[in-house]
Amino acid sequence: MAEATFRIWRGDPDGGDFRDYRTEVSEGMVVLDAVHQIQAESAHDLAVRWNCKAGKCGSCSAEVNGHPKLMCMTRLSDLDLAEPVTIEPMKAFPVVRDLVTDVSWNYRVKERIKPFKPRPPDAEDGTWRMAQEDVDRVQEFRKCIECYLCQDVCHVLREHHLHERFAGPRFFVYNAALEMHPLDVEDRRADLKDDDGIGFCNITKCCTKVCPESITITDNAIIPLKERVVDEFYDPIRKLLRVFRRK
Amino acid sequence: MASYRTHRHDVLVIGAGGAGLRAAIEASAAGASVAVVCKSLLGKAHTVMAEGGVAAALANVDERDGWRVHFADTMRGGAYLNNPRMAQIHAQEAPQRVRELEAWGALFDRTADGRILQRNFGGHKYPRLAHVGDRTGLEMIRTLQDHGIHRGIEFYMEHTVTRLLLDDGRVAGAFGYDRERGRFRVFKAGAVVLATGGIGRAYKITSNSWEYTGDGHALAYHAGAELIDMEFVQFHPTGMVWPPSVRGILVTEGVRGEGGVLKNSEGRRFMFDDVPDLYKDQTADDPEEGWRYTQGDRDARRPPELLTRDHVARCIVREIKEGRGSPHGGVYLDIAWIREKLPDHAEHIKKKLPSMYHQFKELADIDITAEAMEVGPTTHYAMGGVKVDADSQMSTVPGLFAAGECAAGLHGANRLGGNSLSDLLVFGKRAGEHAAAFAREHGAGAIDDGQVEAAAAAALAPFERGAGGEGPYAIQHALQEMMQDLVGIVRNAAEMSRALDGIAELRRRAREVGVGGNREYNPGWHTALDLDNLLTVSEAVARAGLEREESRGAHFREDHPQKDPAFGQVNVAIRRGADGEMVVRREPLPPMAPELQQIIEEMK
Repeated sequence: MAEATFRIWRGDPDGGDFRDYRTEVSEGMVVLDAVHQIQAESAHDLAVRWNCKAGKCGSCSAEVNGHPKLMCMTRLSDLDLAEPVTIEPMKAFPVVRDLVTDVSWNYRVKERIKPFKPRPPDAEDGTWRMAQEDVDRVQEFRKCIECYLCQDVCHVLREHHLHERFAGPRFFVYNAALEMHPLDVEDRRADLKDDDGIGFCNITKCCTKVCPESITITDNAIIPLKERVVDEFYDPIRKLLRVFRRK
Repeated sequence: MASYRTHRHDVLVIGAGGAGLRAAIEASAAGASVAVVCKSLLGKAHTVMAEGGVAAALANVDERDGWRVHFADTMRGGAYLNNPRMAQIHAQEAPQRVRELEAWGALFDRTADGRILQRNFGGHKYPRLAHVGDRTGLEMIRTLQDHGIHRGIEFYMEHTVTRLLLDDGRVAGAFGYDRERGRFRVFKAGAVVLATGGIGRAYKITSNSWEYTGDGHALAYHAGAELIDMEFVQFHPTGMVWPPSVRGILVTEGVRGEGGVLKNSEGRRFMFDDVPDLYKDQTADDPEEGWRYTQGDRDARRPPELLTRDHVARCIVREIKEGRGSPHGGVYLDIAWIREKLPDHAEHIKKKLPSMYHQFKELADIDITAEAMEVGPTTHYAMGGVKVDADSQMSTVPGLFAAGECAAGLHGANRLGGNSLSDLLVFGKRAGEHAAAFAREHGAGAIDDGQVEAAAAAALAPFERGAGGEGPYAIQHALQEMMQDLVGIVRNAAEMSRALDGIAELRRRAREVGVGGNREYNPGWHTALDLDNLLTVSEAVARAGLEREESRGAHFREDHPQKDPAFGQVNVAIRRGADGEMVVRREPLPPMAPELQQIIEEMK
C-alpha cells in the first residue's frame, strides 16, 4: 500500500502552523478518510467537523490544496499524492481549532431574513396547488446543504470581511428560494438592497464554481434578485411613482 | 467543585433532527420556554440523509389509500409486534403533519393536478411517500429549521448531554458540555424530550453518521427508563460496498421504487425465488407486472424487490454466502436496464434519483444510468428504543419523553421505508405538546449538587488518565467489528454470548481510556465519552437478541429459524437493575382495540 503526506493546519484563534502526517492510502479514499485515519493513529485530538460522510450534510468544509471543498467528496485519486496534500480551515470565518471554524455568523444572518409567508390555501381542505414546473426552479435552491463553501470563496467576505453589510451567496440563494416560492407573498427586496448588500456582488461566479450541489448560484439566484431590486428601486418610472405616492 | 453554567427552560429537547425540531416547535407553540441541545450544527442531523420520502396516506395518487391501509401495512411490516395504538395515531395524523410542512415552506414534488406527489415504497400497498426527488430528509429538516428559528427557541449547537439529572425519580434536567470550549453546562428543565436518533455507530458497516451512538437510549436507561425491542436492528438491504471507504453509505429504496432490480452474478433476479407467504398475494408474478407497478399501473402488484427490508437484506446475504455475489461482496442493483422501456432513460434517472446519480459518479466512478451498482446490507435503523406511552410519548420515568428513532413501539420488528420521517413528525409533535403540559403542571424539579459533581468527575476522568491510557478509537473500532460479526443480520446464541463477553472486556478497557490535549474541540475526548453509550446499547441488543429465541422481522436466529407464536405475544424489555446490571424480561404486547383487530383481519 502507498503512503501519502498530509499537511494539516493545527492551531487555534491565537495562531498555528502546518504539520505533516503520513498515512496509508487505499483505493477510493477521500480526504476525510485520511483525516480520520490520522486522528485514530497519531493525532487523537485533531479537530474536524463532520457528520454524514456522504455529501449530504455540508459539515466537513475545508480548503484542500487551496480549494474550498467538502472533505468527504474529495477523492485522493483526484489529487497529486507525490506532493503533500494541504488541508486547512475555511478562511472566511474565525478558527475554533484545527480544521473547525466558527460559522455561527451564517445562522445569525439567516435569522434576520423574513420567513416564508404563504398565500391563503387554494383548496377548502387547506392545501395548495402548484405546478411541478413552478416548483422546479425553487427546488434547485433548496438542494443547498449549507456547507458555506460559497461564503468561503466569496471575496466580499473572504478578502473584504464585509460580514456586517453583506449576506453572501448562501443567503442570496435562500432569499431566492423564498422570493420565487410559488406560495410566498412576502417582499424582501428592500432588505436585499440594504441589509443583505446584494449590490456588493460583482458576479464573478466563484460561488457557483465551488458549489458541491451544482446550484447555479449567480445566474439563477443572484442575478434575478439583483434585477428585482433594480426594478423596484432604480427604475425611473417607479421612482417617480414613489415620489407621487409619498405626497 | 466543578465549574459549570446553568440554563433554565421549561422543556429541554435533546437532538435537533426531525423529531427534536418538531417537538421544540410544538412545545414552544404551547407557550413553554424551550431549549434544543444538539451535538452538531443546526440542520446537520441524520434526518438530512433520509432520501426516499415521508409516508402519509394522503391518497393523492391512489384514492383507495387511507389511514386504515397505512395502519395495516405498518403492522404487517412490523410482524405485529408494534404498539397498535401508536401505529393507529401515526397513520391517522401523518397526512396533517405533511400538509403542515407545506404550509411552512416545504416544496414536495407535484402531481399533474398540482398536489403532493407520492411514490411507491417497500411494504406500502399504495403510492404513499411524499418526496422531493431523493433528498426528502434535507427538505424536511430545512423546513423545520427555518420555521423553528423564528419561534423563540434557544439552540445550543455542538453541545453534548452526558447524563440526565433526576429529582426523586422524575427528570429535572441534564448535564453536558459544549464542544467548542469543553465547558460544563447544567440544563434545568421541567420536562426533557429525547430525540437523539439511533445506534448505527455500534456497527462497522452503517449508513448512520457519527452522532448515532445511542445517546438517548443510554441516557434513558441510566435514568431508569425501560427500553423495548432492542433486538430489532434494521439492516437496509442496499448500501454501497465499493470502494471500501464508502462502504455502508445508503442507496435509497427509491431506486427499486423507480424500477431498479436486484441481480446476482449469474444475472438472475433472485428476489422472485423467495416471496414470504404473508406477501404472496401482493407481489407481482413476473418482471413485466413488477415494472408496470413501478410506473403507476394500479392493477399491477409490486415487484419482489419492494418486499420488506428485513427480507430483502436476508436474500442478499444468502446470494453472497452461496457464492453468487458481485466481485466486492455485494449483489447488483440495476436501474440502467430501464433503457429498454424508456427512450430518455438517462435523463429520467437523473431527475428521479439525482443524489444517487451524483453519489455513485463522485464516489465510485459509476454512471448508474449506464451500469449496475454493487450493493449490500448496511446497519440503518433501530426499531428498539425507549418504551413510551402511545399518546403522550412519555417514558417510564416521569417527565422524560422520547420521540423518533430513539423511541420504540411504532415499528415493531421491522420498519417500513418512509415510516420514519412520518414518525418524527407525528410523535415529535406529540412529545413536544405533552412535555410542555408536563412542565406546566409539575414545574421544575430540584437538582442536588452531588449528581452534578459525579457527572463532571466522570466526564473529566479520561483526562485524569491522560494520553498514557489506551486511546478511545481502538476500543470503538473493536466494538464495531465485534457487533458486525457476532450480532449482525444472521445471529445465534453462541455468537451473541461471545459478544456479551467481549462487551464486558471492552467495558473494562473503556474504564481505563485516557486522552491527551485540552478540552477545546477535542474529538478524542468526545469519542471516549461516547463509548459508554455505545457499549450500553450494544449490550442491550445482544441481550434482547439472546432472549428472543425465534426469527421475526429484522431479528433472524439461525438456531431458531422459525417464528414462535409465544414470542409473537411479547416485547423484550430491558432496564437497569438495582446493582447496575442489565435486567431482561418479557412483557406482554399492549392490548389491541377490537376496531384495529378488525382492520388487520380485513386487510390480510
